[in-house]
Amino acid sequence: MLRSLLFGCTVFVAASAMDFAQATVRVEPTNLQGPRPLPEQTGKAAIRDYLESWQSLRAALEQNRADLLDPAFVGTARDKLTETIQQQAALGIRTRYQDSAHDIQIVFYSPEGLSIELTDRVDYDVQVLDRDGVKTTQHIGARYVIVLTPAEVRWRVRVFQAALN
Amino acid sequence: MRTRLPFLLSAMALSMTQLALAQDGCQTLPKTVEAGSAFSIQCPGSGKVALYIVGLGQVLRRDVELGGATFFAAGSLYEAGHYLAFLSGASSTETGSFDVVPATKPANLSFLAKPSRLPVGLHNGITGAVYVFDAYRNLISAPTPVSFELSNPSGTVQKRIVATRDGAAWTAMDSTAQQGTDRFLARVDEISSARVIGQVPGDPCELKMSARQSGQAIQLVTDPVRDCNGNAVPDGTIVTFTETYSGNLSTVDVPLKHGIAEVQMAGHNGAIISVASGVVLGNQIRWEK
Repeated sequence: MLRSLLFGCTVFVAASAMDFAQATVRVEPTNLQGPRPLPEQTGKAAIRDYLESWQSLRAALEQNRADLLDPAFVGTARDKLTETIQQQAALGIRTRYQDSAHDIQIVFYSPEGLSIELTDRVDYDVQVLDRDGVKTTQHIGARYVIVLTPAEVRWRVRVFQAALN
Repeated sequence: MRTRLPFLLSAMALSMTQLALAQDGCQTLPKTVEAGSAFSIQCPGSGKVALYIVGLGQVLRRDVELGGATFFAAGSLYEAGHYLAFLSGASSTETGSFDVVPATKPANLSFLAKPSRLPVGLHNGITGAVYVFDAYRNLISAPTPVSFELSNPSGTVQKRIVATRDGAAWTAMDSTAQQGTDRFLARVDEISSARVIGQVPGDPCELKMSARQSGQAIQLVTDPVRDCNGNAVPDGTIVTFTETYSGNLSTVDVPLKHGIAEVQMAGHNGAIISVASGVVLGNQIRWEK
């Protein structure tokens, strides 16, 4: 119960280092499965690192530079996004993802402490661009499932996947 | 600038999913496509355009002839996620979206088991966590039963079946009373992943020594040292003998060898001799020559 209160209904604003756009962020009370208590600081760090991963994602997909994923993504998530960037580059397009709202809940902290799973109901706009400019824009509301694993100094996104509501 | 392109999704023969682009009166997306399955998109109208499918997992482009269907073979779109579909080159760009969902058949398990070595007889001492993936490394978020089994060489099996939530499931098992190498198995359908868990004896349970005269000294020897489940405590475990006499203290650390610890001490008349290993205290002997 205490840990639920610690994260309950926290609303703050995530500032983007790239373009100063801001996303509203709501953190739902933790609905944790697993026997391991989640320290407040650990939960906050995981959410902070996840939100920062959107900055890496945005920059990498907009510039078609997979190396920009490195600080925030690892494993399967990194491999898949890298493949996407390669496909974009081959087709001569770029995509611009701009997240505007996150509704995050921590749902799983594995017993050995080596993974944290979040869900995020995220609103974002995606623009597809080519050399002539914007080809299309769409607003998307989607539920994402994210698995983070610890690296040397931060949590990195290992699974990043839209799921059906 | 928010354009919605109505799509029509209709079933096709041979298990193909067909997405049909907008015409007046058509139904709209979102619809779903199973990862890796074949599907087609029908584009009404006339002329040649490019059809883009864009998501965080994949980006595809097809040259299409409006008025016909564009087929995507099995395995062409396999990354689960949310996708835009739009036409480029037409008089107006129309956009719709749909979801690619993970395949229902599990193909890979990510199984984390801890610890790899622990003492016998610990309640919930062994934990395992599983993430379930399909053949395309998509996390299967639909509830999926996972069977966890911990078995030891004597044939004892602990079994739990846990349904995944958002692709994850976990369990905790007791380490058994018998030392040895256990097999910790996670299984979903025909897919399994195993880990080896070493169960080692716990701390000594009861420590008992005996003494006998040996020349001018005293010979101290323990009984075979076992944990509370009767497992022999491994050789090398340190046993400490302490002799206290006339305000003086003499201590000797001895490793277990062949299950017992043995040492020779001065054996002063009236000395109190005690034995311990870690936090476990054994018996005391008062030595009178």
